[in-house]
Amino acid sequence: MQHAFFQLADLIDANLLPGERYTAWLAGETSDFVRFNHARVRQAGRVEQAYLTLRLVAENKQVAVTLGLTQHAPADHVAVLAELVALRGQLGDVAADPHLLLSDDCHVASRVALNPQLDAAAIVAVVTERAAAYDLVGILACGAIANGFASSTGSRLWSETSSFNLDWSLYAHGDKAVKSSYAGTTWDEVLFAQKLASAVAQLALLQLPAKTLAPGGYRAYFSPVALESLLSMLNWGGFSEKQLQVKRSPLLKLQDGEVALSPLVSLTEDNASGLAPAFQAEGFLKPGQVALVQHGKLTGSLISPRTAKEYGLTANADGEETTQSLHMAPGDLPEADVLKRLGTGLYVGNLWYLNFSDRMNARVTGMTRFATFWVENGEIVAPLNVMRFDDSLFRLLGEHLEALTVERALLVDADTYGSRHTASSLLPGALVGRVELVL
Amino acid sequence: MQGLKTTFAKLRPNVDFCALRVVETRGETLSVRQDVQEPLTRTVDRGAMVTVLHRGGYGYAATSRLTEAGLQAAIDEAKRWAELSRTRAVFDYSQLQMPEPNGAYRSPQVADAPQWHRRELLDLLMAESRAAKVDDRIVDWGATVALLQTRQLYIGHAAAVQGATGVEQAFHYVMPGASVTAFGNGDSQTRSLGGQYNGYCRQGGMEIVQAAGLIGAGRRVAEEALELLHAPNCPTGQMDLLLLPEQMMLQLHESIGHPLELDRILGDERNYAGTSFVTPEMFGAYRYGSDLLNVAYDPTVANEFASYGWDDDGSPAQKHLLIQDGILQRPLGGAISQARAGLPGVANARACSWNRPPIDRMANLNIEPGDATLAEMIASVEHGVLMDTNVSWSIDDSRNKFQFGCERGVRIENGKLAGVVKNPNYRGISATFWRALKRVGNASTSHTMGTPFCGKGEPNQVIRVGHASPACLFANIDVFGGES
Repeated sequence: MQHAFFQLADLIDANLLPGERYTAWLAGETSDFVRFNHARVRQAGRVEQAYLTLRLVAENKQVAVTLGLTQHAPADHVAVLAELVALRGQLGDVAADPHLLLSDDCHVASRVALNPQLDAAAIVAVVTERAAAYDLVGILACGAIANGFASSTGSRLWSETSSFNLDWSLYAHGDKAVKSSYAGTTWDEVLFAQKLASAVAQLALLQLPAKTLAPGGYRAYFSPVALESLLSMLNWGGFSEKQLQVKRSPLLKLQDGEVALSPLVSLTEDNASGLAPAFQAEGFLKPGQVALVQHGKLTGSLISPRTAKEYGLTANADGEETTQSLHMAPGDLPEADVLKRLGTGLYVGNLWYLNFSDRMNARVTGMTRFATFWVENGEIVAPLNVMRFDDSLFRLLGEHLEALTVERALLVDADTYGSRHTASSLLPGALVGRVELVL
Repeated sequence: MQGLKTTFAKLRPNVDFCALRVVETRGETLSVRQDVQEPLTRTVDRGAMVTVLHRGGYGYAATSRLTEAGLQAAIDEAKRWAELSRTRAVFDYSQLQMPEPNGAYRSPQVADAPQWHRRELLDLLMAESRAAKVDDRIVDWGATVALLQTRQLYIGHAAAVQGATGVEQAFHYVMPGASVTAFGNGDSQTRSLGGQYNGYCRQGGMEIVQAAGLIGAGRRVAEEALELLHAPNCPTGQMDLLLLPEQMMLQLHESIGHPLELDRILGDERNYAGTSFVTPEMFGAYRYGSDLLNVAYDPTVANEFASYGWDDDGSPAQKHLLIQDGILQRPLGGAISQARAGLPGVANARACSWNRPPIDRMANLNIEPGDATLAEMIASVEHGVLMDTNVSWSIDDSRNKFQFGCERGVRIENGKLAGVVKNPNYRGISATFWRALKRVGNASTSHTMGTPFCGKGEPNQVIRVGHASPACLFANIDVFGGES
């Protein structure tokens, strides 16, 4: 696919007119998707897709098309040249773009890490056999993902990796379940068996009579997965420089110094260790790290090239201005001591369906889900029936934050909207003195 | 499409059942933000999914290579997955008799090439943008319109061999929107046209731009954002709640639509979108709401966003009441889910494009109008609040405990509107909320809306759904506002 993409880039180069520039972004994948229900296969199949986003620039005007490729070179060459002509015609319809910013640099790099041994069918056989006695439900996504960038500056960038992501849960009964996942580049049956055994062990706890809490304030421990749900709300414009500028960011009061998070909170966009490509669609290489919050203070933001041009800043992020590799600094609470330090309260394994109930105060509502337990005197005593919380991130990660765990979990985004996503995060668990439950 | 049918007919799948679903899309989005044109973006996409049912297994393969060799490779791959899964399948697919339909559907009031005058539309968006900057406290503003044209073919292999036409459907979607943010005294309030996710999306031509209210929206929305900036927070307490269509569509979507999806009831979505508090034995007997509640799956409404003639498994679409006089009647489940559950359903096996398999989706889900005027409903409220335009939505994985927020509220006291309030929110439980429905607005209060962004499924899919609803009045709801 790399060769075909660079050939297309060369073709575009050869057909540009004087004064024209272009960028080309390729997103392709060959993915096997297998859905499981009751540890059996519901739907299984393969998707092969490749999309080229071609942007044509002239006289500071820009127009773009995202074109589905056939991956058959002669047909794709014809289609791309036809779109180049169409784009040229559309330039006459649009105005000059004062916020246009493309990299003038020429970058050439390629990272290819394919694993031909990855075999979705073999994984399916293992999962259905080992989990046959359990109510396993979930999805396996497996195969190669490719991203490429090329431009009229001569840039030729490529990233192509094989990976799998088995995102699954084991159900005990009703809505009581253990959530787990296994993602990587090399499948290890023993490791999967260990994860399955760990989930099975938790099933016994979910068979205990469930407890229903009354609304009110409770101590709580948020697992790294649950904390990721809370922090993901900051990707709804929180760290976005554009949203900060137009006063829509939920972190506006943090930026203004009206509130502060706990000194324990330090957050970094760590592109250097992420799974996403190190380059982006305007041709800029992402910085290795962007410090977003340091010791509770907002110290940075994610700035797309367009925002950078509009507000006179330096670009450091994708166009969406969301984190792709969020790292949170660890704390000093050993995971083994979490229940003891929690004492009496909620052990929140997962959260679900979060949204802002008051954006300007970073107040978020959402539900507990999957393995969430009631803990008394450092012991799990019952699974909890789902509860709604409604509380401000300024409190949960501020005055109410007591500790973060020493250990951190690497969480790989399992989303497959449009394509398989490559975001990830590295997060500890969080112990809070109070979270407000409302329903 | 004719060439593809001929090519498909030439191939020899040698399986129990094989179908071809081709999807072609062309889209374009125009936007103006802060009186500057945003980059013009277009999409051009074409691909096919081959579905194979063989010896009790189910497999699919999606490809954009629509040559004889490309389709044969897709058939081979789909057959391979059917073979691999047949001894491990959650259902014996050999029990299914899949339809092999013929026919055509076309969105109303549009020709093959809709009147998409790019420069005029950009001028319109610029005018709305400029009209929105009514005050220095307006800090962000913009308007947008998007067009999507889709052509689809669905044909079974046996039908193709016999020279049948299969099903050809052509859709034209128009998605207008506008949004304005005002900022002052440390507060920020955003107001929009039909929500911040193109709530007035519909099928049709350029008449949708006007029908949606985009023309003139810039100034109106801006003035309402400024009004919110100085409004008090929504009061807290148990009170009557009058929901207008721009919020009703969300209430309907989340707490009736999703829980009635049969694949959720069957457990397919438990790892992601969730399960349902609805169980199979409830159909035909369960009181979902007060006897004023009538909810229809209706793919036949002209211009509604998810109208169609056949679903993506080839089942013919027709209107069904899902809830009649408050009693639950039937789920939202396509042919495969119906066979698995042994329940009747509707034609709602839908895929977002050629590269995702069909699953149970909402399509058009509408509340049938009642007999009250808006004025009558307001006059009947002693103490309550009116809310409009969804801004926040959250509901548990069984689709029961919900909390929703709106852009704008208006207090109602002693039968009269009594002032705008900001940050209006309410929460409840689906299983009891709809039983508190005490008035349903007549057709004059109803709007036809929808969303292009309903997410669900593994692999994930975002699909288009339509919702038409009148204003509705609920008794004794838990209402509250923002931080004091």
